[in-house]
Amino acid sequence: MTPELGHFALILALMAALLQGLLPLIGAQRISSYSAQWIALARPAAQTHFLLLVFAFACLAQSFLTNDFSVAYVAQNSNTKLPAMYQFAAVWGGHEGSLLLWVLMLSGWGAAVSLASRQLPEAMVARVLAVLGLVSIGMLAFILFTSNPFERLLPALAEGRDLNPLLQDPGLVFHPPMLYMGYVGFSVAFAFAIAALISGRLDAAWARWSRPWTTAAWVFLTIGIAMGSWWAYNELGWGGWWFWDPVENASFMPWLAGTALIHSLAITEKRGAFKNWTVLLAIAAFSLSLLGTFLVRSGVLTSVHAFASDPSRGVFILILLAVVIGSSLTLFAWRAPKVGVGGAFALVSRETMLLINNVLLVVAAGSVLLGTLYPLLIDALGLGKLSVGPPYFNTVFVPVMVPLLLLIAVGPLARWKHADLRDMARRLRVSFILALLAGAIFPHLMGIWTPMTALGSLLAVWIASSTVFQIAERLKIGGGNASASFWGMHLAHFGIAVFVIGVTLVGGYQEEKDVRMQTGATVSVGGYQLRLLDIGAAPGPNYHADVGTFELSRNGHVLKTLYPEKRHYFSSQMPMTEAAIDTGFTRDIYVSLGEPLDNQGAWSVRVYFKPFIDWIWGGCLLMAAGGFLALLDRRYRLRVKAAVTLPGSVSA
Amino acid sequence: MKRFLLPLAAFAVLVGFLAMGLMHDPREVPSPLIGKPAPAFTLPQLHDATKNFSVVDMKGRVWLLNVWASWCVSCREEHPVLVELAKTGSVPVIGLDYKDQVADGKQWLEKLGNPYILSVVDSDGRVGIDYGVYGVPETYVIDKQGIIRMKHTGPITPASLAQTILPLVKELSQ
Amino acid sequence: MKPRHKRITLILCGLASLAVAAVFVLRALDSNIALYVTPSDVFAGKSPQGKAFRMGGLVKKESIQREGMTTRFIITDTAKEISVSYTGILPDLFRDGKGAIVQGRLEQDGQFVASEVLAKHDENYMPPEAKHAIEQAQKK
Repeated sequence: MTPELGHFALILALMAALLQGLLPLIGAQRISSYSAQWIALARPAAQTHFLLLVFAFACLAQSFLTNDFSVAYVAQNSNTKLPAMYQFAAVWGGHEGSLLLWVLMLSGWGAAVSLASRQLPEAMVARVLAVLGLVSIGMLAFILFTSNPFERLLPALAEGRDLNPLLQDPGLVFHPPMLYMGYVGFSVAFAFAIAALISGRLDAAWARWSRPWTTAAWVFLTIGIAMGSWWAYNELGWGGWWFWDPVENASFMPWLAGTALIHSLAITEKRGAFKNWTVLLAIAAFSLSLLGTFLVRSGVLTSVHAFASDPSRGVFILILLAVVIGSSLTLFAWRAPKVGVGGAFALVSRETMLLINNVLLVVAAGSVLLGTLYPLLIDALGLGKLSVGPPYFNTVFVPVMVPLLLLIAVGPLARWKHADLRDMARRLRVSFILALLAGAIFPHLMGIWTPMTALGSLLAVWIASSTVFQIAERLKIGGGNASASFWGMHLAHFGIAVFVIGVTLVGGYQEEKDVRMQTGATVSVGGYQLRLLDIGAAPGPNYHADVGTFELSRNGHVLKTLYPEKRHYFSSQMPMTEAAIDTGFTRDIYVSLGEPLDNQGAWSVRVYFKPFIDWIWGGCLLMAAGGFLALLDRRYRLRVKAAVTLPGSVSA
Repeated sequence: MKRFLLPLAAFAVLVGFLAMGLMHDPREVPSPLIGKPAPAFTLPQLHDATKNFSVVDMKGRVWLLNVWASWCVSCREEHPVLVELAKTGSVPVIGLDYKDQVADGKQWLEKLGNPYILSVVDSDGRVGIDYGVYGVPETYVIDKQGIIRMKHTGPITPASLAQTILPLVKELSQ
Repeated sequence: MKPRHKRITLILCGLASLAVAAVFVLRALDSNIALYVTPSDVFAGKSPQGKAFRMGGLVKKESIQREGMTTRFIITDTAKEISVSYTGILPDLFRDGKGAIVQGRLEQDGQFVASEVLAKHDENYMPPEAKHAIEQAQKK
């Protein structure tokens, strides 16, 4: 019964989305005498839509937790022996459920807009919610027609097939929801942009309204990507933190576009400039999210984690993609020429700095897109099969990122309209010297000096010191009145410095050893010793495992015992490597079991020394925290009347 | 104002490529085995491991080779269709139990009904490789001379049975 | 500077940086893509010379031999076979009779030295490249 209720709730949600998507949009055009009522419909429709989807989602979760294997999706992704936490996470472990989560997030953002938009003009709210409703209609139709998670499987299976063992990790419980929160969240920025294009009111007030929503989505996406990277590091057993896998790229492209959007919204809000560009970025960020969904869900790309793919679904989602993005770009081409240019500015000014930031970020997103789609392109043209590997992305990415990172220290110092180059140079003098010293000396302290580690240390110290000095200057002239966005920006920039340190030191000084080990053998890595005490068997809830016992020591001091596992899951017969990691502030020691090599009990063992690797994720969390701080800024809660009288608003 | 149309144009090109990428779906690539003799094999039968079955045993008859497994969820979807087909007796179906345990396979057929005149066990999937099995279930239509005439990937639906498989069987039987 | 000039300068700078970026991207693409080939292609001399490439196929049954940390095995597309050696830890799903992709170089003696071995993370599906290799071989 529960699955039927869930299915029914999905159908009702589609009806609610139709109401939300059509009537308020027509109402906002003020062509009918019912306009006011239709506009007023937007909020309740959005909230009902959300509640219905929460109900549908709960029904699916219920089917999982009660092991209802008469539901095909449950039978494919769960198992009675699966621990309850993973049974719940399995709701979004497959194709159908992850789409349901996607559309649940979308309606959740819509409900949030409906609740937190008291200060906005009613017609604007109606249009924004309607655009979200329209996107939801497409996704719900996709679910109902091609990927219904509630489909029955009769007669029921006695036992489910189990969740893909790769996904049985605490990271998976939170990673997809965070990631979806983020990339679905760009739908709000998109909806604001489309609403503004429809109304022709593309002004500073519009930028102010969509800024907090964009930042919020960006915060979730940042956390989601960081968690995904952490999951890959823990679970895939290769010790890497980023693989340039198409699925990772699918989430990284919207992040790059979203980061550009956050910065360009700042110009549009403060100076009324680059309005067309900002709108285009808002469309691009969400389009890249949709494209990511398409790439992952249609299976056009081969990827290590192409979990579920089906061509008929691919066609549907491609059409959806074409309609949503195509119509918004058409609207853009029609409306954009009428939008004014905005405030003028000098060549050396904050506007220019942010413009360069935008160009670099867009080039970066474009190069990732090209690298991701290139194999597909070549295959489609019948030129053969090939793959674009990490070397491509690394060679392209580093030259684009270096100027961007250099600019982070400079940009916030520049004044709007016209900046004084000499003044900026004076304020950056000390940072400059510190950065040069760091580049020259720091790599020697860590090991060997290489150009890459020197460059990385230089950039990190350059950003960090300039950020600290700017905060100090501000505190000297009275930091009490500094806005939340001031602190948010600097915290996020500081996070980048931390991230750069992590990436540089892991890249430059990690040690990797694949060795043959027998009981009693010792391997040393990065000044630490690991001794294999024993490899024995151990049972698990839905698998049995070989567990290694390793003693980690340094200069004779025993620090910790590590237990890496090789699991064999019952239902899928899939072996899985569970690495054991000793996490430290300045380094991780990573041990994973390969396989038994001979009859004398020897195993192949992989041992890594990863200096400062946790700084990578720490840096991401600081960036996210910075975004969160910026959200708390008082000016986003000002009423609309106050907003339009601010000097920054230059109307279209 | 043409420059504002640029993003739209770039996007149209992208959609074109993505659509072409979808066309290149592996499921729609016709099997290279079509028109070729069905790869020979001799495997033990599921219900009587002492007896073997070979492709040549079916010479002179049009038959279906259906690849299934007890662990395969899509096979359950397909199974009722095969059971109905077996009742009509219009074409013999041989099952290839792919990478499965004998006990599981038997139990599965007991519970859901056995539409096969017999099933053979390909426990290590070796025969599956010869046939280029990509995903289970798959079905091959094999003619009187032992030539593969058609390959159906994924579960057979009543529609695909009525519209493509049975007409082909009828044509080949004449 | 007049606003018009400023605008032009900005646009020129933008275009110049885009051009530089494009050059980088194209150069990187040119030197860092790995072609997929099949064992039959290798025999036909269609594999890149002195450059890394990817080869897909099945790991031949009972062909896996271990020597300390080095593993030797045969990749086949059912028509032709190439012997491969790899030093290091193999992925979890690497097994004989299964599909795999190896990335590396072909040595003078016809031995393929892999720097990376990939196996698909799903039990019932072959990597598309491995399947492609077998289909190509069977067509002949």
